[in-house]
Amino acid sequence: MRTTKLAKLCFSIAAVLTIPEMSSAQQMESHIGKLNGHSDAGKQLFYRYCWGCHGFRGDGMGENWLPTGSFMEPYLNIQPRNFTAATFKCRSTPTGTLPTDEDLYNAIKRGFVLSNMPSWITLTAQNRADLIAFIKTFSARWKNEKSGDPINIPPEPKLTVESIKHGQELFQKLECWKCHGQEGRGDGPSASTLTDSNDQPIRPYNFSVGSRFKCGATNQDLYKIFMTGLDGTPMPSFADVIKPDDAWDLVHFLRTLQDAYKSPELALWESTKEGAQQVAARKVSGTPTGSGFKQ
Amino acid sequence: MFEGSPRLGRKKLTFLISGFSFVLLFLSVFLNDSPPASALPLPTVHVRAIPAFARKYGMPCSSCHEAWPKLSPFGQNFKDNGYQMGNDRDAPIFQSPAYWPIAIRTTPMWHRESSNRVLVDDGLGGQNNAEGKVTAHGFDYSGLDILTAGTLAKNISFLFVPSADEAGAFHIESANLRFSNLLNSSWLNIKVGKFELDLLHSEKRGLTLSGQGGGYQNYHFQPLTESSYVFGIGDNQVGLEWMGHSKNDRTRVSAALLSSNDGTPGLPTSRGYDGYFSASHAFEAKGLGVQRVGGFAYVGQAPTYFQFTSGGAGIAGTGVGNKTFYRAGLIGMWYVKKLDVTTIYFHGSDSAFLATNTPANQTLPIGAQAATWNGGLFETHYNWNPQLVLINRYELVRMSRQGAPIIPGSVGVTTAAPDSPIVIGVPSSNFGNIDVLTFGYRYYPFISSRAGFAFHNEYSILRQRGVSPVNGLDVTSSSLLAGFDFAF
Repeated sequence: MRTTKLAKLCFSIAAVLTIPEMSSAQQMESHIGKLNGHSDAGKQLFYRYCWGCHGFRGDGMGENWLPTGSFMEPYLNIQPRNFTAATFKCRSTPTGTLPTDEDLYNAIKRGFVLSNMPSWITLTAQNRADLIAFIKTFSARWKNEKSGDPINIPPEPKLTVESIKHGQELFQKLECWKCHGQEGRGDGPSASTLTDSNDQPIRPYNFSVGSRFKCGATNQDLYKIFMTGLDGTPMPSFADVIKPDDAWDLVHFLRTLQDAYKSPELALWESTKEGAQQVAARKVSGTPTGSGFKQ
Repeated sequence: MFEGSPRLGRKKLTFLISGFSFVLLFLSVFLNDSPPASALPLPTVHVRAIPAFARKYGMPCSSCHEAWPKLSPFGQNFKDNGYQMGNDRDAPIFQSPAYWPIAIRTTPMWHRESSNRVLVDDGLGGQNNAEGKVTAHGFDYSGLDILTAGTLAKNISFLFVPSADEAGAFHIESANLRFSNLLNSSWLNIKVGKFELDLLHSEKRGLTLSGQGGGYQNYHFQPLTESSYVFGIGDNQVGLEWMGHSKNDRTRVSAALLSSNDGTPGLPTSRGYDGYFSASHAFEAKGLGVQRVGGFAYVGQAPTYFQFTSGGAGIAGTGVGNKTFYRAGLIGMWYVKKLDVTTIYFHGSDSAFLATNTPANQTLPIGAQAATWNGGLFETHYNWNPQLVLINRYELVRMSRQGAPIIPGSVGVTTAAPDSPIVIGVPSSNFGNIDVLTFGYRYYPFISSRAGFAFHNEYSILRQRGVSPVNGLDVTSSSLLAGFDFAF
């Protein structure tokens, strides 16, 4: 009698162990340097780490996201990436094109500042490559299109006061202030009206907090942001509007708006009478909270 | 986890099968005839998983836990970063005012406890003069952990854990404040208060719950001759800890200065201080995962008598005659895709005074010496998927040197006099050795960012050498547990 019960128990446990695992509709790979990612392995990781925000189907409709107007407030105030649309903010490729695998790999490794997307630096490089491969299974674009070619980033010219001043002129001329505000706090006159490609409200970047941008922390990353645009957001590409040298001048000026990060650009700008006055005026209007400046 | 998906039907089936196996387990042992017992072990290890974090960040339990409460490398990094994701969204000003950083955890269960040589009356009028097998089983519940943790501001975090045993008696399991990323460096983090030592294989986050297998023997082992002091490296301690780690957590180091009272509040023993050190480094093995190796050491001291007494009882805090002890070990955490294996080697040593309960102002018994022992832990987890983990652990403790001379034919410890705690002999060189085998599984019917829920089945069997109270034979004890472990 006891043997029979034991056999039933073993059978029950075996049944639990043999739950068929989820299968994705298509197989994809990713290639980052010498790493080759596979979607089968990435699937396991996605349904462990990512689905809560990005959704079971990768559509950005995880249990933490409820669109504006829902009867409940969403947990997240920035909608997680919708992988079915295959539209990505952070790319090294021209606007409208698919990012490279390396772009996505870097995004997972870096995380997105001021959002709920953390850095996944603790995953192995292979894990990240596998995740990229699986993310690509959510959209047919990855089968039908090739990734864009990374834009050329010319060497950064020498930092000068003139470069910063010229960048400041471009900031006005290109009307960056309309969204980002005159002090770069993300509070320009158009800021409250902006929506992303999913018709969700979106806030322009506030330069006064932190040292990092959405798509990286270096000057090259900042250059890339406005030369490729942030697809899916109101931030356009300026590749057809400004020349590379002008773009670098704009980079130098934008760095001076980062009050919480003592960049060489800010140090140089503060060494001038005009720059020191501007920086001092900004500080008066900010409220330190330990988390940057209160928005 | 996948509610609303086309696979919901299959998940329901899985849940039913799991419940069916629980019933079978229950019936298979409930129908046995067994004498009752009045005092048998209950799970007492307070374990942690903090759904308040999942709710704060909107991430599923499986992000931070390989199988909650065991941390994943991502969860470990989150903890090491002061309960912060590092996206400049960690400070309370970014939280909804309705968010309240509190979680609770408890485990309604059915369990069976059995021990083969328990001190009993002989039934002929004699008291405590015989040994008998005692088995008990029934429905029960664990204690309660109330977990409050979070950030007070960017880079300032806290953890406060009042815990109750199953009878409702509360104590403070953890109460600490942490200052993280000082000078903008992940290598400079300071924690002060009562906290778990930086043990890579955390007992508080262990996957086992039963009376015999719930705790780690090596984390609490003391030679059976000792009764004058209590220490367990697995016990939360009170003090100050410096901890540093690389950005990706591959390298971790810590050092702590602790009061010599095993985490007991109110300065009950001496004015002594202990030290704890740990270091580890992880590396990626291609295609396998992150492998980690490290070491740890605890160097402590314990008083052997009180400088002042009142009515014969020692006055708290006036313990003197400190004698030293230490615990040290090496750890390896090996990942082979879904399988992870933890291996730990332990070594412990206690001064001859501590091993024989001899006050330092008295002469040691003849033949007294420092007690030393070695131990090992071998634990495997197979993460079938985020919803199912299979657990196995084997632990052993081997005395390499008893603190008192061996008296062949004796039973238990021999003391200098019937009313004296001073030990002058033990029955054998392997007296007190331990072997314990634990296996089980945890099944998580759903995984969400709001709550943790697991069906838990576990069996554990422990044998300790020569400790039966009358005949000095080996004692074998076992636990079987089936329950629902939940945190919200």
